[in-house]
Amino acid sequence: MTTLNLPSYLDQTDQVKKRFDALKKRDVILDVKKISKKFDSPQGEVEAIKEISFQTHKREFVCVIGPSGCGKSTLIRMLAGLETPSGGEVLLDGKPVSGPGPDRGMVFQGYTLFPWLTVKRNVMFGLEMSGRSKKNAESEARDWIDLVGLSKFENAYPHQLSGGMKQRVAIARALANRPRILLMDEPFGALDAQTRTKMQSNLLDIWKNIDITILFITHDLDEAIFLADRILVLKAHPGEVNEVIEVPVPHPRSPEQMITPEFLATKKRLEELIHEPEEDVPMNLTLMTDKSDSVD
Amino acid sequence: MNKIINFLQISGLTWFVPFVRMAAGENPKTQAKDLWMIMGIPIVAFIIFLMLWAQLSSKVVTSLGTVPGPSDVYKQSTLLWQDHKDQRAKEDAFYERQEKRNAKYAEQGRDEKIKWREFTGSPTYIDQIFTSIKTVFMGFIIATLIAVPLGIFCGLSPTVNAAFNPIIQIFKPVSPLAWLPIVTMVVSATYATSDDAWFSKSFLNSAITVTLCSLWPTLINTAVGVASIDKDLMNVGKVLQLNWYTKVTKLVLPSSLPLIFTGLRLSLGVGWMVLIAAEMLAQNPGLGKFVWDEFQNGSSQSLSKIMVAVLTIGFIGFLLDRIMYTLQNLFTFSDKR
Ligand SMILES: Nc1ncnc2c1ncn2[C@@H]1O[C@H](COP(=O)(O)OP(=O)(O)OP(=O)(O)O)[C@@H](O)[C@H]1O
Ligand SMILES: [Mg+2]
Repeated sequence: MTTLNLPSYLDQTDQVKKRFDALKKRDVILDVKKISKKFDSPQGEVEAIKEISFQTHKREFVCVIGPSGCGKSTLIRMLAGLETPSGGEVLLDGKPVSGPGPDRGMVFQGYTLFPWLTVKRNVMFGLEMSGRSKKNAESEARDWIDLVGLSKFENAYPHQLSGGMKQRVAIARALANRPRILLMDEPFGALDAQTRTKMQSNLLDIWKNIDITILFITHDLDEAIFLADRILVLKAHPGEVNEVIEVPVPHPRSPEQMITPEFLATKKRLEELIHEPEEDVPMNLTLMTDKSDSVD
Repeated sequence: MNKIINFLQISGLTWFVPFVRMAAGENPKTQAKDLWMIMGIPIVAFIIFLMLWAQLSSKVVTSLGTVPGPSDVYKQSTLLWQDHKDQRAKEDAFYERQEKRNAKYAEQGRDEKIKWREFTGSPTYIDQIFTSIKTVFMGFIIATLIAVPLGIFCGLSPTVNAAFNPIIQIFKPVSPLAWLPIVTMVVSATYATSDDAWFSKSFLNSAITVTLCSLWPTLINTAVGVASIDKDLMNVGKVLQLNWYTKVTKLVLPSSLPLIFTGLRLSLGVGWMVLIAAEMLAQNPGLGKFVWDEFQNGSSQSLSKIMVAVLTIGFIGFLLDRIMYTLQNLFTFSDKR
């Protein structure tokens, strides 16, 4: 294997640098200040998250990546208000959050559509619950369904949709409530590789077209680099910020960029940061076929 | 055509599916094979069963004669039906006579002689069937009204669940025969019957006994259904800041409906079984009493009458189950539809 002569992941072209400078001047939407989370377990207290701080700017796309069990889900659940931090605080538009609310939309890894409602009614659900008239909610829901390209399926039930379509509906449902930030916990984790790539492009298209900031959890390195402006790399036990990477891949993104030097350099850096030491159990192989049968 | 097939499948009437398919011109050979599996084999098995029954029954001699075979039972069922028709005819005749008589008195200006009486013939077999069905539904509805809300509370709150669990575990296995005396005593102590009371005491006795025994499957299934709702589905509700009532009606109930209906179906089955026993023991009107009376009666026809009752009970139980099965499928959002 030839060693590629990669640039540093820290090198940014002028165009990319300019983009980041502009981004950093934008308002801070989410301000996370030293939040921690401790769980009680039979072995005593477990520190799942330790003093994580970061900020996301308006219309920024931030990915969170880290080894399995490092507390990614715990972090995003605290941001959503589904879990209370043991310490620190979370500010949304400068105001501290104390519980779940429609200003933080959430898309989960599992398919969390209501199976007894049609696509349209699923998207309408949040709108109706916030007191909109049915007619109003319906026309608005249609717009969102149209945005994710599922107009033909508005009267279908979730079990009639493919996994990718279900997640598109889930995204439409979350966006319909007009959140300030969209929190996504491995939303494409259960999809096959092809659908996944398509969904990533779709998500970027959606993100480009509406005023939304996205915090996206994944354990797929390519996915993180392809989607993110910045990547928050966590490490485990306790879950802490290991490094924040500014992705040097220019916008607009396309799947062809996955083999560009800056993409590969970033990926190499991520691999260094997250190499999960896997326990090596050697296999005990004996030759069970004829020597003349060799495949070498 | 798919709509018809869909309906047949939801209602469990799968026997007709091959006919519909064949009528629509689908490959007759595969349909014929389906038909053989769905209808042919059961019919053959049923015929064999009837033959064995006819053979064996004549060999068992009781003090009331031999055990009735299929033909005796068939004859008896036509007799019971005839009796029902005769009784109805008598009733109609009675009212007609009464009407004429009263009209005559009215004409003659002797209003003090006008009397309206109820016909007091003994209830026929068909009447008994309807009494039983009414009773079981009464008990079942009361049970549902108690079990579903209670199950929701148990499923939502581990504390409530912990509180009710021992009670449920202890009362669930209690036989209706044990409840009946208590129910009878409590009802006669607390429920004052006058002639125009809504329900007779005996009706309430059996209905409440049915309630006490058919409560549990619905209660347990509802609790399990509610407790096992996908956590993230509940989180969606939390993000939308739903209040308690909206959460229960828009989220908890719909998502646990499939299991609730499974429970209801079991409950109705249990209720029907319990009812027959309760009627027998308590002399409440209905099919159970019919069986008991015939047993006491001990005429040569008694055994075949009881056999008719046994088959009727089985058939109605089957029908009730079909109805619940259809409802269950209608409310289940699975890949089947
Ligand atoms: N409710 C809880 N009680 C106790 N420990 C918990 C709880 N939730 C999470 N943990 C622990 O906290 C740590 C972080 O869990 P978390 O689910 O946030 O990790 P993750 O990064 O999302 O993992 P994955 O990649 O598998 O999704 C784990 O060690 C887990 O065992
Ligand atoms: Mg997780």
